[in-house]
Amino acid sequence: MSAIRIEGLTKLYRDVTAVDKLSLSIEEGELFSLLGVNGAGKTTTIKILSCLTVPTEGDAYLLGKSIRRESSAVKSIIAVSPQETAVASGLSVRENLELMCGVHGFSRDKREEKIKELTEILGLKDIIGRKAGKLSGGWQRRLSIAMALISEPKILFLDEPTLGLDVLARSDLWDIIRSLKGRVTIILTTHYMEEAESLSDRIAIMKDGKLLICDTAEKIKEVAGTDNFEAAFVRIVRGDTK
Amino acid sequence: MKMLTFAKRNFKEIIRDPLNLCFGLGFPIVLILLLSAIQANIPVELFEIGHLTPGIVVFGFSFMTLFSATLISKDRGSSLLQRLYTTPLTPLDFILGYTLPIIPIAVAQGIICYVFAMILGLEVTLNILLAIAFSIPISILFISLGLLFGSILNDKQVGGICGALLTNLSAWLSGTWFDLELVGGVFKKIAYSLTFVHAVEMERAALLGDISGIFPHIWWVLGYAVVSLTAAVMLFLRQMKKQ
Repeated sequence: MSAIRIEGLTKLYRDVTAVDKLSLSIEEGELFSLLGVNGAGKTTTIKILSCLTVPTEGDAYLLGKSIRRESSAVKSIIAVSPQETAVASGLSVRENLELMCGVHGFSRDKREEKIKELTEILGLKDIIGRKAGKLSGGWQRRLSIAMALISEPKILFLDEPTLGLDVLARSDLWDIIRSLKGRVTIILTTHYMEEAESLSDRIAIMKDGKLLICDTAEKIKEVAGTDNFEAAFVRIVRGDTK
Repeated sequence: MKMLTFAKRNFKEIIRDPLNLCFGLGFPIVLILLLSAIQANIPVELFEIGHLTPGIVVFGFSFMTLFSATLISKDRGSSLLQRLYTTPLTPLDFILGYTLPIIPIAVAQGIICYVFAMILGLEVTLNILLAIAFSIPISILFISLGLLFGSILNDKQVGGICGALLTNLSAWLSGTWFDLELVGGVFKKIAYSLTFVHAVEMERAALLGDISGIFPHIWWVLGYAVVSLTAAVMLFLRQMKKQ
């Protein structure tokens, strides 16, 4: 079964078509990137798939559950790490993780087990008692991803997870994302071409809400007639392919 | 359970902000002390401790509006709410989670005000417990105003509307600082068409143990509470859909 099957998804905001008849399929365990310039429809697509926004037309099925008719079931299998760091700034790292365990209804034992596991995977052990609002951007992003992962999602949406981070913090996060590959289906949006190329199994490029291409980084470069992924992206977006 | 986890988080966020403690608890106490000092030098019936304290308690609740509105507007601005909207929390969980944790803070504020008033000479009677009990619907009114403003304003606007405008309105139109009869006319009519003066008069009657004196003010308070809570829920759900 596909992890995500999107069928003719469209979102209109008054006279703007944010997502235009998007159809594609993402396999279980795949790391799938959505690329596009600003306003391409990436974030709107993620909002629709995570049941934050209702599509104007079309439907999507996450592990067979419709986002239109079974949003509660969809919410129980997904997690979202939003574009901006979404942590409770007045709470400690541990309390933020406890909050997410609590809203997912975990028992005390499971909560402790998950907090231990996630703090180890994401290297949060040394800062577990620190207030989230006092952490650097990189640590807040790590915490944000830990908060998304703690519910054991089958599908994880990472909306520009490394935006604004320095090179080292970004590299650390890439390692974390790589470590999740195969275990969780990950949908990543990013503006960083090298991030998409390095991490993704497949990449979709969007423009004006439309899907321009969806394939591996190698295949996209081949179609664009260049060895450089960034150049391939620019050519595809400009419609300048061979 | 899920709602209580969210409510616990909101409680912690509010009480950990030193400004909240300073304004929410400190400011009403300072006012009681200051106005009691004035009363000691120039006796004014309005500032007698039994008359003054209910007004200060109600005025203090305007900070609960500020607390809840600030918390919600900050959550909306920080994407935390967007994250939580993708969890199994229901709309009712969100509304109760933002409302319930502020009630004990409001009750604590009321108790502290009455304790200070007792130190300053308020007669210790069981009516104080009655007054604290009747302050709960008033606190719900102010908290729901916070939910309402937090759903439509950003955190800077909340500072202006709730921090400045509402606190002043609840002070000037409540009959705490000056007798509304002295101004009379349109001002008095406006004051009595709003809820603040009714909240103070209900609280004063409760403190005197005058059950009949609670009416009709309690209907004004409950009416405004129901209307503002309904509007708050509708506006919160609207912004939730907008996300």
